Amino acid sequence: MTQKITPPTGHRHGADDEVCRQNAACKLCRIEVDGLSVAFGGQTLLKDVSLHIHCGELTALIGTNGAGKTTLLRALLGQVEYKGTVRHLTSDGLPAAAVRTGYVPQQLEFDRSSPVTVMDFMAGALSRRPVFLGVSKRTRAKVMEALTRTHCEKLENRALGALSGGELQRVLLALALTPQPDLLILDEPVSGVDQNGLETFYQTVDELKRKNHMAILLVSHDLDVVQRYADRVVLMQGRVIKQGSPEVVFDSPEFEQVFYARGGRA
Amino acid sequence: MNAVYAAMDALLPFEWLGYTFMKNALLAMLLITPLFGMLGTMAVDNKMAFFSDALGHSALTGIAIGVVLGWQSQMASMLIFGIVWAALITFVKHNSKMSADTIISVFSSTSIALGLVVLSRGGAFAKYSSVLVGDVLSVTQGDLLALLVTLIVTAAAWVLLFNPLIETSVNAPLAQSRGVHAKATEYCFTMLVAVAVMMSIRWVGVMLINSLLILPAAASRNVARSAAGYMRLSVLIAMVCGVAGLILSYYMNTSAGAAVVLICAAVYFVTLPLRRK
Repeated sequence: MTQKITPPTGHRHGADDEVCRQNAACKLCRIEVDGLSVAFGGQTLLKDVSLHIHCGELTALIGTNGAGKTTLLRALLGQVEYKGTVRHLTSDGLPAAAVRTGYVPQQLEFDRSSPVTVMDFMAGALSRRPVFLGVSKRTRAKVMEALTRTHCEKLENRALGALSGGELQRVLLALALTPQPDLLILDEPVSGVDQNGLETFYQTVDELKRKNHMAILLVSHDLDVVQRYADRVVLMQGRVIKQGSPEVVFDSPEFEQVFYARGGRA
Repeated sequence: MNAVYAAMDALLPFEWLGYTFMKNALLAMLLITPLFGMLGTMAVDNKMAFFSDALGHSALTGIAIGVVLGWQSQMASMLIFGIVWAALITFVKHNSKMSADTIISVFSSTSIALGLVVLSRGGAFAKYSSVLVGDVLSVTQGDLLALLVTLIVTAAAWVLLFNPLIETSVNAPLAQSRGVHAKATEYCFTMLVAVAVMMSIRWVGVMLINSLLILPAAASRNVARSAAGYMRLSVLIAMVCGVAGLILSYYMNTSAGAAVVLICAAVYFVTLPLRRK
């Protein structure tokens, strides 16, 4: 099993791969998306998307509404059909086994008057025992541990629908991190969240990235957040029109075209 | 069954329970109401009030199909049609860009009209009009057995479905990302509701069946502070209102189903000020 295998692509990420090898917990090293296309109802939503997502890095997807960012996330989650390949690879370029994906969805539109509490929602996701029979001690402890990780242990008995945008996002993040994922997917996790909540949220995410060497894929409209926290930025418009470091993408003519061409510079 | 009757005579020596048809009606209430109290919670959380209303209406077409096919009992045709109809509505809802309430409305009107056209041919509708209001006093021992089986099967399925339903009611893609089969869960749930509705519709009536599903859960929401409380209280409210409505209908000589729903509504309005802000 120690046999060295040359990574199949010519892509060079030597430094990252080295970190991956040193980090025993990191089975997944990178996700290679190649020529991914999605069509729905005769409409092409994504065309020929190719990008790499690395462990220990925050990759941000940016673009205007309808650019296909959420569609790409759902393709990576295996929830929409696509053409092309998505490969999960270890540092040795081998297929990574059993990759766990954590997902924090876009702002939720659920029935906010339901009495379902944070504990009910978390326990329902983490345990098979039907919540109406009550939550077992073991599950309760597991939920509290998860909530503590994102600093929302005090929300345990609050109704899920009564949470503020920021609180809800931290609860969803706590769930996405249990059990610990190899890839964390965050879809616009800060819409409707106040400035303080936003800062706390990204500090938590940044900490996770560094401590746990997780691959993080983020969809955001907040370019300021992206500039500060992203290691890699992918600019989309039905396809990838520019990718690279935040500086490279933000200074590109493509970026100018997408964000400022119509309304003029803000 | 005689032992059950004897026990009821011994434990509940009330005038209104003197008749066998009232004993049967009480047992039917005690089987139907927990079924609806249970399913109602997630029907409300998954915004399916309109859907279950449409299902109730489709019973008319179920009966019509049984009549056209010349079947002895229309129970089987109602059940089969109800399940197929529920699955079909769910399928179209998933595979169309139209809004859910438009789709449900189209299905609902179609089934009412189709049922009425077939059943009213030659002025024969009077024969079937009892299904509109329902008559719990005509429940037989065989019907009680069928209701008992329905309750047991539904409760067993509920143990498996409750958690996935909570997750999908918050966000389906999130539930899916955690290994919940969101679509399968939805189909199973809609079919369970279809079976519960069809098994009870002759006793509760097309016009009231949906209220029995929605009102206890809605009233429970006014008071409950957790999912467990929500579900338990919904079942309790449904059962208490069921029994109270039956007694009321006995003394006031009115439709039992309507009395039950009216008491449920009263409980809803009385508990409304207790809602947590």
